[in-house]
Amino acid sequence: MTAFTDTSLYEVIVIGAGHAGCEAAMASARMGCHTLLLTLNMDNIALMPCNPSIGGPAKGHLVREIDALGGEMGRNTDRTFIQIRMLNNGKGPAVQAPRAQADKKMYGLSMKYSLEQQQNLDLKQALVEDITLDNTRNIIRLKTSTDWIYEGKCVVLTTGTSLSGRVIVGDKSYSAGRAGEFAAYGLSQSLIKLGFTLDRLKTGTPPRLDARTIDFSKTIIQPGSSTPIYFSFVKPEEGSIHFPTPNPAYPLSDSTPWRPQMPCYLVHTNKNTHDIIRANLDRAPLFTGIIKGTGPRYCPSIEDKIVKFATKEKHQLFLEPEGWQTSEVYVQGANTSLPEDVQLAMLRTIPALEKVEMMRAGYAIEYDYVPSSHINATLETKAIPGLFLAGQINGTTGYEEAAGQGLIAGINAALKIKGKPPLIIKRDEGYLGVMIDDLTTRDLSEPYRLFTSRAEYRLLLRQDNADLRLSPIGYRLGLIDKVRYETVENKREQIKWELERLTKSSIVVNDSSNNGSSNRISLMEYLRRPEVNYQTLSSSGIAAPGAGADILEQAEIEVKYGGYIEKQKHAVNRMQRMEERNISSSIDYNQIKGLRYEARQKLERFRPVTIGQASRIDGVTPADIAILMVYLEKQRRNNTTAEITN
Amino acid sequence: MYQDTIAAISTPIGKGGIGIVRISGSDARKIVTKVFTHTLEDHRLVYGHIIDPKTNEVIDEVLVSFMAAPHTYTREDIVEINCHGGPIPLQNILELVLHHGARLAQPGEFTLRAFLNGRLDLAQAESVMDIIQAKTQAGLRLAIQGLKGQLSSRIKILRTELIDCLAYFTVRIDFPDDEIELREVTPQLTKIKNEIIDLIASADHGIVYRQGIRTAIVGRPNVGKSSLLNRLSRENRAIVTSIPGTTRDVIEETVNLGGIPFLLNDTAGITDTEDTLELLAIERSRNALNQADLILFLIDNSEPVTATDRKIAAILRDKTVLMIANKADLPAQADLQEFPWETIVISSLTGAGLNDLENRLVAIALGGQIHSSDTLLVSNPRHKDALQKAAENLDKALQDITANMADDFITIDLTAAINALDEITGGSVQEDLLENIFSQFCIGK
Repeated sequence: MTAFTDTSLYEVIVIGAGHAGCEAAMASARMGCHTLLLTLNMDNIALMPCNPSIGGPAKGHLVREIDALGGEMGRNTDRTFIQIRMLNNGKGPAVQAPRAQADKKMYGLSMKYSLEQQQNLDLKQALVEDITLDNTRNIIRLKTSTDWIYEGKCVVLTTGTSLSGRVIVGDKSYSAGRAGEFAAYGLSQSLIKLGFTLDRLKTGTPPRLDARTIDFSKTIIQPGSSTPIYFSFVKPEEGSIHFPTPNPAYPLSDSTPWRPQMPCYLVHTNKNTHDIIRANLDRAPLFTGIIKGTGPRYCPSIEDKIVKFATKEKHQLFLEPEGWQTSEVYVQGANTSLPEDVQLAMLRTIPALEKVEMMRAGYAIEYDYVPSSHINATLETKAIPGLFLAGQINGTTGYEEAAGQGLIAGINAALKIKGKPPLIIKRDEGYLGVMIDDLTTRDLSEPYRLFTSRAEYRLLLRQDNADLRLSPIGYRLGLIDKVRYETVENKREQIKWELERLTKSSIVVNDSSNNGSSNRISLMEYLRRPEVNYQTLSSSGIAAPGAGADILEQAEIEVKYGGYIEKQKHAVNRMQRMEERNISSSIDYNQIKGLRYEARQKLERFRPVTIGQASRIDGVTPADIAILMVYLEKQRRNNTTAEITN
Repeated sequence: MYQDTIAAISTPIGKGGIGIVRISGSDARKIVTKVFTHTLEDHRLVYGHIIDPKTNEVIDEVLVSFMAAPHTYTREDIVEINCHGGPIPLQNILELVLHHGARLAQPGEFTLRAFLNGRLDLAQAESVMDIIQAKTQAGLRLAIQGLKGQLSSRIKILRTELIDCLAYFTVRIDFPDDEIELREVTPQLTKIKNEIIDLIASADHGIVYRQGIRTAIVGRPNVGKSSLLNRLSRENRAIVTSIPGTTRDVIEETVNLGGIPFLLNDTAGITDTEDTLELLAIERSRNALNQADLILFLIDNSEPVTATDRKIAAILRDKTVLMIANKADLPAQADLQEFPWETIVISSLTGAGLNDLENRLVAIALGGQIHSSDTLLVSNPRHKDALQKAAENLDKALQDITANMADDFITIDLTAAINALDEITGGSVQEDLLENIFSQFCIGK
C-alpha cells in the first residue's frame, strides 16, 4: 500500500496551533513565506487549557514585547478580555504589569479569524506522526496519521503538552494531549529517532465550576480597571469589538465606562477543606508515586500547599469566569489531581461553594519535552538545520512564554528561508532575550516561567517602553507597518525634547530647609525631588506644552530613576564586548587545553554562540572564559594568516 | 574580559623596597588623578603623594608613570604607581583605586588583555593560557581555604539572611495576588550591614597576619616537626612575628627566608603529646594542610615507613609537597621511593641539610611552583572590596526604605549587595532566591 502524497511544498510548516504556533505561523507568513499551520483540532486554536488570564509581572512585559514585534497575542487579548488590571502599582515602574482575563472561546475564535485573514498562510487539521529528513533536497518531511505527506524547508514544532501526554486524575490515568484531546505518541518516537533526548515534565489544572451553583454573595468581588488599559500599542478601534451580554449567573461590579468588564471573585479555603485533603493524601497521585514528572514550584497543587505549609490556616482561591457567557468558572489556586470525589468534597467546605457543581474536574498532565540544550538562541535545533522548537516542548510553561518563543521561531525560520542573519534578542533588549538566553544556558529542574527577578536589567525592560525598545526591529522585519513605526519614533523624539527642556529650563524654589533662601535649579533637578511630579509642574504652569501622557510618563521615569537606569546601562556596556564576541559553531572544546572538565562538558552540551552566553552557563568560571577567549583569538589569527598565505 | 578598568598589585611579595600597583583601562588616568597630588604626563615618571581625597590623608610617597595607549603592555592606558614595598602601602593604594572605580583584575587578566589586544604574538598564546590557569588554580586553592575559614562561613550566613529579605520583596512583586504578611526588614538589614562593617574592620587586621607563604609541617608524632621548626626559626634570626593563632589552637611562626616570609604552621604542639590518638593526629594535620600553600611532609628516615606515614601521604595528594627525611644522623631505614615527591634529607639535630632545605624553599617560592603568594595578598583586598560594595548597597537599600522608594529599587540594591558577597563565596542569586521564595511562601495559582 503506498501513501498518497501531496506534492505541495511549503517554505515554513508550523506544527501545533497553540499560542506558540499561531505567532510562529503569522510571523512567517507576514514576512512573505509560504506557510502552513497544522493543528490537531481546528476547534481548539489558541486554546487556553488552564488559566483564562494573560499577563502579570514579566508575562505582561512579554506580551507588550510580542506586540512591539508585530505579534498577535496583545491585540487578540485586547479584543477578547472580560477584565484587565494593572498590577504592582506603586512598586516601581519596571515591575508594573497589565493582566487580563480573556474570554477563552472568543480568544480562540478571534485568533482563528486572524489566521484565516492572513495571506500566505494555510491552516489544516492533521496529526503529524513522523518527521524525516530528505537531506539531498534539504527538506523536512512530515507524515500525518492519515499518511498524508507535507514537505517544508523549515519546520517549527510547537507540541505543547501533547507529546506522549498522559492525564492523571486520582488513580486513573489515560493518554491525552489535554483532557479530551489526542496525544502525539508517534512524534515522540520520531524525535528520538532523529537523535533528540526527551525528558518529562508535569503540570496541572484546577476544576471548573458551574457559576449557577456558586453563592457569589459570600465572595469578595475583584473588579477590573476603572481606567483604560490595553496590551497593544495599537488600541482597538472604537466600536470594533462586540461585547456579549454577560451570563446572568454572575453579579457584576460597578460598570467601567471605558469598556464593559466582568469581575473575578475571591474566596478562601478553611480547616475543613484542609482536613479533607489531608485525609485523602493516600489517593493523591502526587504522593502515591503515580506522577513522576517534575511540576513547577510556582504553581503548586492545592494538596502540595497543604502538605508543605501545614500551619497555614487558609489559602485564597480566585473564581475567574472563563468568558462573557459561559457558566464555567476557573478556580485559581486549586490546581489538583486528587480523585474527582475529593475535589468536589473539598470545594464544598467553602461557604460560597457549599452547593457547587463541577463541570470539569482538575487534572495533572505529564508530557515529553526536549531539554533546551538541543536548541540555539535562534530556537533552531542544533542537530537538524531548519527544525525549530517553541513553547512547552522547550520546557517552558505559560501562554505568554510560548507565544514569545513562537514569534522568535517563526521570525528566524522566515529569515533562514530568506538567507538573512537570525534574530537574537539580547538580555538587555527584552524579556524575550532573558527567557531564551536562560533556556540555552541552563538545565531546567522544573517548567520554566519568567519572573521579573530573572531580568538583571529590568529597569531597562519596562512594559511601558517595549514599543521604544523593539518597534525598530519589528519594522525592519516587516512585522509592523511604517505608520506605526513612525509613531514610535516620533514618541522617542518628543521624549528627547522634553528631557532637553527639563535640563534647559529652570525654576526658583524656596528652600525651607535652607532658611527659606531661594535657589534657581533646573526643572530636571526639581522633578527629581520625591514630592514633585508632572502634576506639580502643571499646577505651577510649567508642564510640557502639548506633550501627551505617554511622553511625560517616559520623561518622568527617566528623570526620577535616572541614577538606577544609568547603573544598569553601565552594566550592559560592561558585558557588551563579551556579547559581541561570537563563537564558531564548529568549535571543538576538546581541543582547548586548560579548560576544566566540567566547563568543557557544559560548553560542549550548550554550545553557546557568544562569549557572553558562555559566561552565563552554570559551572563555567571566569578563568574558563579567559582561556576560551585566548583560544578563539588564536584561531582568529591563525585563520587570518591562512587567508593571506592562500 | 570586560572593557572596564582593572587594577592589581603587580610586584611579588617579598622584602623588595618597591612595590607597584598597576591600573589598566580607559579610566586609568582619571582614577589615579583623583588620588594623586600631581599631574600625570605621558611616558613620564612623576613624583608625588597618594592621598585619600576623603580624608586628605597621605597614603604613601610615590613615583607614578602614565603610559597612554596603544604603546603599553595591554595596549590600553596604563598607570603604574611605584610605592614603598611593604604590604600595607600596596594594599591601601590598591583599595583606594578600587574605591575610585577600578575593578580588581582577574588572575592573569593583564596578560589576557595584552594578548587579546594584539600585544603578544600567537606563539605566546599557550603561555598566556598557562598563566591564567596557574594563577587561577592558586586562587582557587585560596578560595577553598577561604571557604573553610570563619570569614566565609559568616558571609554565607549573612548572604542567606539577605536572600531572605530579597525574597520578601520579590514575592510581593512577582506574585502580587498572593497574600504576603507585611514584614519590617529594616532591623534585619541594619544588623546585616553592621556585621559586614565589622567584617571589613576585621579584614584589616587579617591582612597583617596573612602575608607570606602558608607552610604546614605535617607528619606523624615524633618525626621531629617541632625541632625542625625550632631549627628554622633559630637559624633565621629575622623572625617577623610570632602570633599564637586565635582561631586555631596551633602556633604560627613567620620566618624570613631569602626575603620571603614563610608562615610556618606548626602542628607539632598538638600531635606530639603522649596521649594523642593517631586518628586525632591525622585529623589535625588535615586541617592545617587545607589552609597551606606549601606542605613540608616530615618523615623519620631512621625507621621504615609506617602505616600512619602512608595515611598522611594519602591526604597530601594534589598538594604542593616537599618531603623532608629527618634524622639523617641515624642510619637510613625508610624507603622513600614509594612517595611521588621531591625529598630533602636533613637532620634537625645536627643541622645537616638545613641550608639545602632553605634554598629549596626559596626556590619553590620564587620558581612559580606556588602562585598563591601574590594572590594571597590581593585576595584580602578582593574580599574587602566586595564587602565594601555589599555594605554600600545595603546602605542604599535602607535609605530607599526610609524614603519610601518603590519595592523594585530596594530589590535592585539588595541584589547588588548579594552579588557583591557572591564574589567571595560564589552562588547564583536567581536560583537561591527562587528556592527561598518557594520554601518560605505559599504562592502560585
